[in-house]
Amino acid sequence: MNGARPPRTFDRRSLLKVSAAAAYLALLPRAEELAAAPLNYELKPTKLEDGIWMIPGAQDAITMANGGAIANISILDTDAGAIIVDTGPSRRFGEALVKLARELTGKDVARVYNTHFHPDHVFGNQAFDAKVIAAPQGVIDGLKVAGEGFADSMYLIAGDWMRGTEVVLPGVALTSDVEDFGNRRIRPMAMRGHTESDLVLFEENSGLMFAGDLVFLDRAPTTPHADIERWRISLANLGGIPHNRLVPGHGPVEEGDRGIAQTRAWIELIDAMIKDAFERGLDINEAIGLDLPEWTQKIAVARYEYERSVMHLYPVLEAERLPKLNNKS
Amino acid sequence: MVRRLFLAIAAILATAPAAAEPQVDPLKSPVWSDLAKKVFGEAPYVFDDAVKVSVPHVVENQAQAPIIADARGLADVKRLIVFSDLNPIQLAIALEPQAAAPFVGMRLKVEQSTPIRAAALTADGTWHVGGVYLEAAGGGCTSPAAARSVANWWDTLGEAQGRVWPAADGYSRVRFRIRHPMDTGLAKDNTPAYFIESIDLKSESGSVLATLKTFEPVGEDPTITLLVKLPPNETAISIDGRDNNGQIYRANIPTPRTDATSRQPS
Ligand SMILES: [Zn+2]
Repeated sequence: MNGARPPRTFDRRSLLKVSAAAAYLALLPRAEELAAAPLNYELKPTKLEDGIWMIPGAQDAITMANGGAIANISILDTDAGAIIVDTGPSRRFGEALVKLARELTGKDVARVYNTHFHPDHVFGNQAFDAKVIAAPQGVIDGLKVAGEGFADSMYLIAGDWMRGTEVVLPGVALTSDVEDFGNRRIRPMAMRGHTESDLVLFEENSGLMFAGDLVFLDRAPTTPHADIERWRISLANLGGIPHNRLVPGHGPVEEGDRGIAQTRAWIELIDAMIKDAFERGLDINEAIGLDLPEWTQKIAVARYEYERSVMHLYPVLEAERLPKLNNKS
Repeated sequence: MVRRLFLAIAAILATAPAAAEPQVDPLKSPVWSDLAKKVFGEAPYVFDDAVKVSVPHVVENQAQAPIIADARGLADVKRLIVFSDLNPIQLAIALEPQAAAPFVGMRLKVEQSTPIRAAALTADGTWHVGGVYLEAAGGGCTSPAAARSVANWWDTLGEAQGRVWPAADGYSRVRFRIRHPMDTGLAKDNTPAYFIESIDLKSESGSVLATLKTFEPVGEDPTITLLVKLPPNETAISIDGRDNNGQIYRANIPTPRTDATSRQPS
């Protein structure tokens, strides 16, 4: 559908400005990684129960080694066709996902959901018909504004994995309370906090709750577009919805609320640490250098995400909380 | 004192051959020898771990890369500068710590991955150079300032915010932020260079605490951390800035009362 545009290359991308929307940048690739990476996603689905599979994302940053495949992606078999929850980081990933969904369900894709606008969740959209891709209007609007900037960042980080990837906006703005697929009924719930617009899906038949990136488990949450206060409220709301098991955006599927509790503990921790550092007068790099508590050591990429969060949240605090001075004339 | 003097002499002797044979750059920058000539002229310099530069492991916003330059490990620092090898404009800031620690926290626009250096000039005339390599994706210097996309950026120009924290180890921490686009003149929209070029900090009684020369690479809305030695009973620090269009920015930052009864969160 974007055949008229030339494929993007690493060189071309590196000339473009990225700072404005480079909100998802990770470490830059090393040249040797670039050369050695086998550019083929091997999707290894885990069966959650009959007719529902999840492809677990790497519990890591987006790197040249993982090609950006860090988010959990789910496939559900229904009477009406396959349902896909999030599409992965690239066109190539999306194409592999279409193939896998066909192998697992023997059906066409009836519905694709985008849980939010982050590139590791939506850049496989290109492999699907936009008319079946659904998301809240806020997700569509967010991707419209930030998509090109995300693409620039992703090309820089994941290089050739991204070849031919273009931003494809969902064609369906979700408004209904329930989507009926015969043997499965999905209840979409619009929330926010991880981003301006986060979609949670509850599947009635299985009792599975797909929480998107409102929940991370054993992998530190990301905050480039977070509103901590809203996130807190959404986590409280999520905790109040009875569910059999919870599928986080990143991390293992479990019964109970460990993911919700851990995500809450993390955002409370960094919010408190960063505010305390500010109130003590620390410079941003001094705040970055602070030690994290012991319990975070078993959380993947904790230090990396803490540093990123300081850089996201500190300038906001400075703007809001440094006392305004009366200018002398 | 004698030992210090001896070390200073030793340093001068040790660096004497530097003029003929450039020091080996620990960061192996291809431009170092030219850059060192440009920055230090004929003055001797040594690479010295006592001059520390802190940067994050990851910088995702190249328009606001946080940097701390810290030469508190050296005595008698007359001047502390921060510069980056591979930025189109290398020199970012120069601090004269008249009554301040040789320490500055600030944010820098970076165009690409580059060594970030701090150099401290000690009383013996030697520059002590420290540095780290900053990984960045680029775009910081040639991107238009974020303020430019806000229609009324002029309204907030020069607005200042700041706070002073009570003294610890003899130094009071001062942090301030001045709204300014800090245009480099290199952006693709052809906005001419427009930046704050000097900021003086004085005590209320008029004694100079620190003077800063700031240059185009300093990030939009400069946000600076300094450690100053306040005379007793001062109630405010005055900041006195000027941009390259001659606009003057002045503000007073009240100092915290140190007696226990009046200590209040501000
Ligand atoms: Zn996300």
